[in-house]
Amino acid sequence: MPFKDYLRKRFFPHIWCPGCGHGIVLGCLLRAIEQLAIGKNDVVMVSGIGCSSRICGYVDFHTLHTLHGRALAFATGVKMSVPRLNVIVPMGDGDALAIGGNHFIHAARRNIAMTAIVMNNRTYGMTGGQYSPLSCHGDFATNAPYGNIDHDFDVVELARAAGATFVARSTTFHARQTTEIIRKAIAHPGFAVVEVLSQCPTYYGRKNKQGGAAEMMEWYRDNTTPVGSKAKQQNPTLIERGIFVQDAGKPEYCCEYKKLVERARRGAS
Amino acid sequence: MSERKVIMGNHAVSYGVKLARVQVISAYPITPQTQVVEMLSEMCADAVLAAKFLKVESEHSALAAVIGAATLGVRTFTATSAQGLALMHELVHWSAGSRLPLVMADVNRAMAPGWSIWPDQLDALSQRDTGWLQLYCESNQEILDLTLLAYRLAESLSMPVMVVYDAFVLSHTSEPVEIPDQSEVDAYLPALASRTKLDLKTPAAFGGLTSPEYYFEFRYMMQQAHDRALVLMDEIGAEFGRRFGRNYGALETIDCDDAELILVTAGASSSTTRVVVQERRRRGQNIGIVKLRLFRPFPVDAIRRVLRKARRVAVIDRNLSVGCGGIFAQEIRAALCDLSDRPEILGYVAGLGGRDITLALLNALIDDALERKAEEGYLVFWGLKEETLYVER
Ligand SMILES: Cc1ncc(C[n+]2csc(CCOP(=O)(O)OP(=O)(O)O)c2C)c(N)n1
Ligand code: SF4
Repeated sequence: MPFKDYLRKRFFPHIWCPGCGHGIVLGCLLRAIEQLAIGKNDVVMVSGIGCSSRICGYVDFHTLHTLHGRALAFATGVKMSVPRLNVIVPMGDGDALAIGGNHFIHAARRNIAMTAIVMNNRTYGMTGGQYSPLSCHGDFATNAPYGNIDHDFDVVELARAAGATFVARSTTFHARQTTEIIRKAIAHPGFAVVEVLSQCPTYYGRKNKQGGAAEMMEWYRDNTTPVGSKAKQQNPTLIERGIFVQDAGKPEYCCEYKKLVERARRGAS
Repeated sequence: MSERKVIMGNHAVSYGVKLARVQVISAYPITPQTQVVEMLSEMCADAVLAAKFLKVESEHSALAAVIGAATLGVRTFTATSAQGLALMHELVHWSAGSRLPLVMADVNRAMAPGWSIWPDQLDALSQRDTGWLQLYCESNQEILDLTLLAYRLAESLSMPVMVVYDAFVLSHTSEPVEIPDQSEVDAYLPALASRTKLDLKTPAAFGGLTSPEYYFEFRYMMQQAHDRALVLMDEIGAEFGRRFGRNYGALETIDCDDAELILVTAGASSSTTRVVVQERRRRGQNIGIVKLRLFRPFPVDAIRRVLRKARRVAVIDRNLSVGCGGIFAQEIRAALCDLSDRPEILGYVAGLGGRDITLALLNALIDDALERKAEEGYLVFWGLKEETLYVER
């Protein structure tokens, strides 16, 4: 099915600002699903609240637009009930790692098969550009007029440490790579985390004098490097992108649960 | 000297917090509260306000942080709305039980789903049993004034106070507001001298297990504090009037003495109601208004005194306790039920989820309230569109 047919056109025009990166992530996601030839009815998309979470409104899958930060918890219920479904959870950085940080690490720890996409614009876009746990030390935000004193999470390291079995990072500049990574993430039999650096020109870009959307994407081009590259050794400030963890061997939660039930039944009989 | 500024409700609360010389603020952004947080963080950053602003990862953490700070005896503030207040719920109970003099602003917004950012009183009313005092505002001036008054109440009683105002209609609408002079506010609101606090010289344990031998009495004492609040509200509201020229009591009554029909309102729609009632008065209809300002504690005696004289009372609830009716109507019925000469009480639910409460809607409501059979007025949904289309099957 051509990827445009996955769009819920009656919900357009979308709410995103001109130049927002979230639309590119949507494009990549739909292309990945097209490549995997997954039927509309086999996808459940669960999102929280934020500009990023609005993605849920624009796709013609089963969609649950839930509470800020709680998407992964709702999604866990969905997946456990009908494990054959492809559960995809797009989240903003605030949604996933501020208010929802607890659910994020526990979903990773369980290794439940779903795809968590963190659309990282380093700010709370929807509520007007406050700083997020992915805003960097020294960044500016509407509530950090003299710079942010908090330190940011590294989503890749956090996901890896919490036990996610597929961990990757890409950017909206690298749209083809993003599509490919999301495709692999959806096909992965465990908890998959894909961080996509996605520009918010309206708040993060403006507050941090990063220029418009094109300049912000060029920044992604110039300041990221493939994982394990020589460039990173020479310039440690570069952000690595690519697949960091891909381990299909660790038992997946729904499968383990099924086995547990079988074991218990055998024990009982 | 006081000065007059044209500001939105969210900034009125920020000015109140600044004038109250709050020392620790913690909040998480949520529409339609965000400007409160933004303005306060700017005030803190610019050192206009000597407070620490703690940015946290959720409302739950915000209220927890404020509780921690208040335990050390400092004056605190937080602000939220709807989902944020619901997420705080565990700590809303905790802070009242801890007898901490917190002040919080809640911007009344509808609860999801369906997702809505528009006015509806259910978020605050869902916290009515926690022990927090609740004050409902009609204008941006009232938001600023009641913020100051809230600290007086909270600190006199060792009880937390919530200042509640409507999403957008007040939060984002600019109105002229008199901003009092700092020295006059200082005279009205002296520095906090907390009764229950962690004193570094005298170690104490907070939050311990409470056996059935004590728990009951703790709750009884909270009730006593609320009983005192009823008296105090009128006293410190009158003192506010003497100092700043604007009087505040638990209720505001407008033209109730000879009123046949009294409308009961809370929040911003009280203003629209005033306009409609003035016009009705000009036409010779004896209609009055009771505006609920203090909802917790519920001013039962004052309500009985003013409402018993009317033939009819129509309560306008911008909230619905599903399965029961409008919450203000229910509480008013309970307050009047043992009066032999009580008025007929009609309960109107209107404007849920931000549907506008317009002059036309209120005019039609008044006509209806004058005519309707009392036995058909227990719960009236006012302003539903195409009622027959939305039938639960
Ligand atoms: C309990 C609760 N608190 C706060 C909010 C308000 N809120 C909505 S979206 C959002 C943050 C959005 O930021 P992010 O998740 O990074 O997504 P973005 O908008 O940047 O894509 C906040 C704080 C809410 N909806 N619910
Ligand atoms: S505010 Fe930022 S994140 Fe939200 S739509 Fe606009 S550009 Fe995108």
